[in-house]
Amino acid sequence: MEFFHRATTFPFMSTRKWWYGLSIVLILISLVSLVTRGLNLGVDFTGGVTVQATFPVAANRDAVITALTGAGYSDPQVTIFGTSRDIAIRLPPTKQSTETVRNQIEQVLHRVDAGAQIQQVEVVGPQIGGELQRSAAQALIATLLLIFGYIAVRFHTWRLSLGAILAVLHDPILVLGTFSVTRTTFDLTVVAAMLAVIGYSLNDTVVVFDRIRERFHGSRRLQPVVVLDQSINQTLSRTIMTKVVTLIVVVALYVLGGPVLRGFSEALIIGIVAGTYSSIYISSAVALDCGLKAEHLLPSSVKRPVDSMP
Amino acid sequence: MLEFARWKYVLVALVVLIGLLFALPNLFGEDPALQVERKSRAPMDDIARQSIEELLHKQNIVIKRDFIDSGRLILAFNDLASQLKARDTVDATLSDVDRSALANASRAPGWMRSIGLKAMPLGLDLRGGLYLLYQVDLQGAVSQLLESYEQSFRRALNEAKLPFADITTITAGTGGIANGLRVSLPADADAGAIEAVLKKVDGNLKFTSSSSASGPVVDMVLTAAQIKAREDYALEQNRTTLTNRVNELGVSEPIVQRQGLDRINVQLPGVQNSAEVKDLLGKVATLELRLVDTQNNPMQAEQSGHAPLGTKLYKREDGAPILLKREVIVTGDELTSATSTTSTEGPAVSIKLDARGADSMLRTTRLNVGKPMAVVYIEKSRRQVEVNGQKVDRDSTSEKVINVATIRGVFGPQFQVTGLTAGEARDLSLMLRSGSLAAPIEVVEERAIGPSLGQDNIDKGVRALEIGMLAVFVFMALYYHAFGLVADAVLLANVILLTALLSMLRASLSLPGIAGIILTVGMAVDANVLIYERIREELRNGVSPQAAIRAGFDKAFSAIADSNVTALIAGLALWVIGTGAIRGFAIVLTLGIATSMFTSLLGSRALITLMYGGRRKLARLSIG
Repeated sequence: MEFFHRATTFPFMSTRKWWYGLSIVLILISLVSLVTRGLNLGVDFTGGVTVQATFPVAANRDAVITALTGAGYSDPQVTIFGTSRDIAIRLPPTKQSTETVRNQIEQVLHRVDAGAQIQQVEVVGPQIGGELQRSAAQALIATLLLIFGYIAVRFHTWRLSLGAILAVLHDPILVLGTFSVTRTTFDLTVVAAMLAVIGYSLNDTVVVFDRIRERFHGSRRLQPVVVLDQSINQTLSRTIMTKVVTLIVVVALYVLGGPVLRGFSEALIIGIVAGTYSSIYISSAVALDCGLKAEHLLPSSVKRPVDSMP
Repeated sequence: MLEFARWKYVLVALVVLIGLLFALPNLFGEDPALQVERKSRAPMDDIARQSIEELLHKQNIVIKRDFIDSGRLILAFNDLASQLKARDTVDATLSDVDRSALANASRAPGWMRSIGLKAMPLGLDLRGGLYLLYQVDLQGAVSQLLESYEQSFRRALNEAKLPFADITTITAGTGGIANGLRVSLPADADAGAIEAVLKKVDGNLKFTSSSSASGPVVDMVLTAAQIKAREDYALEQNRTTLTNRVNELGVSEPIVQRQGLDRINVQLPGVQNSAEVKDLLGKVATLELRLVDTQNNPMQAEQSGHAPLGTKLYKREDGAPILLKREVIVTGDELTSATSTTSTEGPAVSIKLDARGADSMLRTTRLNVGKPMAVVYIEKSRRQVEVNGQKVDRDSTSEKVINVATIRGVFGPQFQVTGLTAGEARDLSLMLRSGSLAAPIEVVEERAIGPSLGQDNIDKGVRALEIGMLAVFVFMALYYHAFGLVADAVLLANVILLTALLSMLRASLSLPGIAGIILTVGMAVDANVLIYERIREELRNGVSPQAAIRAGFDKAFSAIADSNVTALIAGLALWVIGTGAIRGFAIVLTLGIATSMFTSLLGSRALITLMYGGRRKLARLSIG
């Protein structure tokens, strides 16, 4: 089985202006939505209200969730709390008094079991305070700088580094934009998915770069546009194969994984598709428009020894 | 002929076998358990174990099994109800010598445990853990503030050489809680000048002068807004300190959040040393340095139960009384770091002071050469105990003079203190590193909590992951035939090695970690795809099968190495800088890249060489 029976020769680079346009439009939509609508942050970020309740017999977690969802509470988190008869319900922040919340939840729980008793209703702070958000932002910036440096050293040119970093920024912005437009709950698991997306995007980009370096080695006379097109075509079957395999796992999670994994797998799907696209049309195309030439990648005429195998 | 050194085969086989062994304990489940350990950190022995077993038998609590692990007694039970009952029984009877915490015990057989094999702990979202609710004593926050103002006032007045009789706390207005300080002055003192000096300590404070029977007094009363600000500060500061302490104790991915008006909840995933963590979180331990009062007789003070003006009565380690001056040379707040070390006299703590503390130390020691100075070790903790069915707070404060030495010269900002036990020295350095608690706290609730994602959701997720992986295996075999089966074997080895590494490091696995595993699986597949596509390319160019295999591995190497190293940089940076869930993801990603590089470059080459390497003539490859 093979996706392509013969070598492909798609002229990727000639249409890059159109794709730039598409990317810019999508990023603008994402940014505008992020600024005006913001993200629908989950209780991890916002804190909220915790209700503790006790049932006369072992609590049926599913029934409680169904009842709460039926009463209009979105994404209620229900945890078995201590013995199997105690539960804790986490709800998003509300302007209502804790007394009102207590009465409303009590009514809902009585539909599940008339003997349910509310023990405590309390406001809880966010899991991820400002401090943690700052440290996450620092981690991200430091990571991008290190990657920029590594690619610049390994490939001897900042042009490829710039392309890689722009591609890496492009994908999470689109994921964030989609979450903002669709109002999907943005919680900690989505953050993890976004980090994974960055990893994939980078991986793809570097594989294409590696082929570009190799092609320039073989034929210095060729036009950069031709070399880039050839490199992308030659790695195309690998790109598609890897993406298909990863998407099999992620789509399985999306379809079969239940509501908890929905946001997580959705972020991964969007990110993987965006990442494949950006490794072709952002990272390589940006490097080309920054004036990438053979001599940038091959600073001396002395051939570097090929890395030895372990 | 393809060549592959024999030692590399041995290496691959050995690593996979060791990986299998370390991954094995994860196949067994867990039981609800109770962890009991000695407060003195002495290891539990069989006698202690038998007495606890008997104690629980008397209460008709069935113990499923029990064992001693790293000096801690672990009691496993059949259900949560017996776990809770056992906890209450142990706490009610043995809380003076032992500390306990709810935990989980692996069902893996004893021989695995005895050679150090343990399952990887699952995070709060996947497994649940220990839930601790701390009550913050907001009145205590205010009295701590008043204490620190009192020290500053004393210091400021002494520096300005203004005489005063005493400083005491006062209660102004309604509420009955101390909210101010009164400076009593000698009859002829100038209250205005005193006020001016005190104002310099903190410009926001309000002072009023009046006269009392014994002479003029200057009062300072905190405003309602100042009290509110202090309470807010105390809550936030305590939350930060608790977070730091949990992190210092090596618990991965805890949750620490404010709850209600005056509480903080701490959730710990199944940690190994939860009893110790619980005990250390709410503890206050600090040092103070004071001059010894040599003019009065401590024996007399002890008998009368009344310390002379300007002094405070303490006990030395051997129980003998000693009088120290009320004025503190260095307070606990002025210590910046403490490191536990050993000296010729036993365990010691090396102390560093901040600028203010160092300054005060320098001045005091210069003026008092030849006089004795004392080091006071203060340890405070608060517990709720049940007395006749009612919950009552029990404060335990121990203040003891651990060391008295004559000042021989001028002290700088760094010095060593002896007289502590090794445990005390370690606790003290941990407390100072993580910051102090701005108000006393106590555990008001302790529960074992279920996974926040819910067991049904986790089961669904795991099944989805299994189905997805299976589909990948089938797809790879269909697409690459025999080479696809090699890739499948390599992928399986990768997951086993990753599980083994995570179990060894005892990093807890949560949903973000699973994202890391999926990413790693993707990267491992990618490495194989890169190699195989390269081999196909070579074959298409008419290269002989064995040369194609060799060229495929060689040429794919730089792409695999560069793409993995960039991902590794991202993983390591997030590991070092990130916290909580981000760190969990980074740990899995970093380890996963290491294992996937190993399995796809060495493992897959070993298998392929085994399949095709021996044949002299090879017509075609089974690569789809």
